[in-house]
Amino acid sequence: MEPIHILDLQKTCDEDFIHEVEAASGQQVRKCYQCGNCSATCGFTRFYDYPVNQIMRLVQLGQRDIVLGSRSVWLCASCQGCTTRCPCNIDVASVMESLRVMSRTEKKVSESDIQMFYDEFLRSVKAFGRVFETGLLPVYGLLSRKPFTDMDLAPVVLRKGKLSFFPHRIGKRGEVAGIFKRFEQSAQKDNAGKGGSHGQ
Amino acid sequence: MASEHSSVAYYPGCSVEGLAIEYDQSTRAVCKALGIKLLEIPEWSCCGSTPAHSLDPTLSGALAGRNLAIAERMGCAVVMTPCPGCLRSLKGALEIHDSPERRQALLDLMGMPFEGKVRAISVLELLFNALEAGLLTEARVKRPLTDLMIAPYYGCLLTRPPGFAQFDDPENPVSMDRILTTIGATVVDFPFKTECCGATYGVARNPIVTELTGRILDMAARLNAQAVAVACPLCQQNLDLRQSQVDRRWRRSFNLPVVYLPQLVGLALGIAPDELGLDKLVVSADALLSDLQKVSEGI
Repeated sequence: MEPIHILDLQKTCDEDFIHEVEAASGQQVRKCYQCGNCSATCGFTRFYDYPVNQIMRLVQLGQRDIVLGSRSVWLCASCQGCTTRCPCNIDVASVMESLRVMSRTEKKVSESDIQMFYDEFLRSVKAFGRVFETGLLPVYGLLSRKPFTDMDLAPVVLRKGKLSFFPHRIGKRGEVAGIFKRFEQSAQKDNAGKGGSHGQ
Repeated sequence: MASEHSSVAYYPGCSVEGLAIEYDQSTRAVCKALGIKLLEIPEWSCCGSTPAHSLDPTLSGALAGRNLAIAERMGCAVVMTPCPGCLRSLKGALEIHDSPERRQALLDLMGMPFEGKVRAISVLELLFNALEAGLLTEARVKRPLTDLMIAPYYGCLLTRPPGFAQFDDPENPVSMDRILTTIGATVVDFPFKTECCGATYGVARNPIVTELTGRILDMAARLNAQAVAVACPLCQQNLDLRQSQVDRRWRRSFNLPVVYLPQLVGLALGIAPDELGLDKLVVSADALLSDLQKVSEGI
């Protein structure tokens, strides 16, 4: 049995966290009155540790560690159902996205293989200008220690002639790499200012 | 409308270079048949997709924005992409550019001039505009899809969130329905039009996709749909390529063809099935073709 999780709000409420989330997402999380529409519409609730309405409440209560370390933040697929159906017009999906970014920056990512998959995707874009689907899968398989991921689909993909063995390198991939380079430089500068270290 | 779309910048997106090659083929073939000139953005690059906006929204905007900037230089007012994921990134770039506080950071990352004057639309919106403008009409249909029962599946991003998509209805979209009825198909009243298929989690969290995609296929099957129409390469991949995985999870055999909207429109316009890449679908759509055969023989 899992132990009952008791929140000692007076000790654990981090007010800065509330402001940081509101600033990053541009949303007023305080407007949420817990109607539960977001969770009712969310197809991912059964895979989450905290349904999205609880994530909103935990943000209101300044629970930085629980929220940024939650599985929910990384399993959200940005389907925009919550945002569309929120009666307070809160862009809930954008709040979830800001939380995802913050969990990276603060190194609290719970689903590290998903982050790894995303990082490999971006590495591919940086190198080739476009993402190389075929190359991505084995790298993910190795890094996540799930080497047989999607192997069952390989024969049909091959038969349909949809498997490319070489990445498509665009001519001006230097322009894309330049975007990444400037991004990394500005992230480093930001971190130097904050005294922290950045995700990726 | 028609003049606006006479020359459209085309942003294919990475997925159509591989698993969704038939989406690209059929989109190009249908636009050609309708007299819509697509100008592929030269040296287009990846929009960064979910991985980029999960890292930093401005990085995502810059990766997508580079392509919009090239389209601007080409003198195009509209950029069309068949991928709703790419569309989201392209629109994200325009949204950041519209914001005076966020614009400079975007331009700094992009490192090229960008005025943010282009508009980004989906292939669904392009076809719907063609319908409204009288380019796609019943009169142009050579092989009506009569007797075909189709479930129109829109997925998440084509109409959501409404303020961002600025297209159709977020709860009960009808643009695809109207295109399908124009080409002679019967559209089932599909309650899961905008349910999520599980998006990018096919690789890292496969049970999420087999669960959510299974619900969509199950509903389509219950309504006696003979095919599901889609306008997203990721939805199609989950519903079609992963249908064998869904079958195993649900212990049944759906055997439901999942066909790209431009493929269906192309068939109706009389374009040859191989030009539309129908043979590239994993779950065979041959049953739909034999029905069509009968129809054209009947005439």
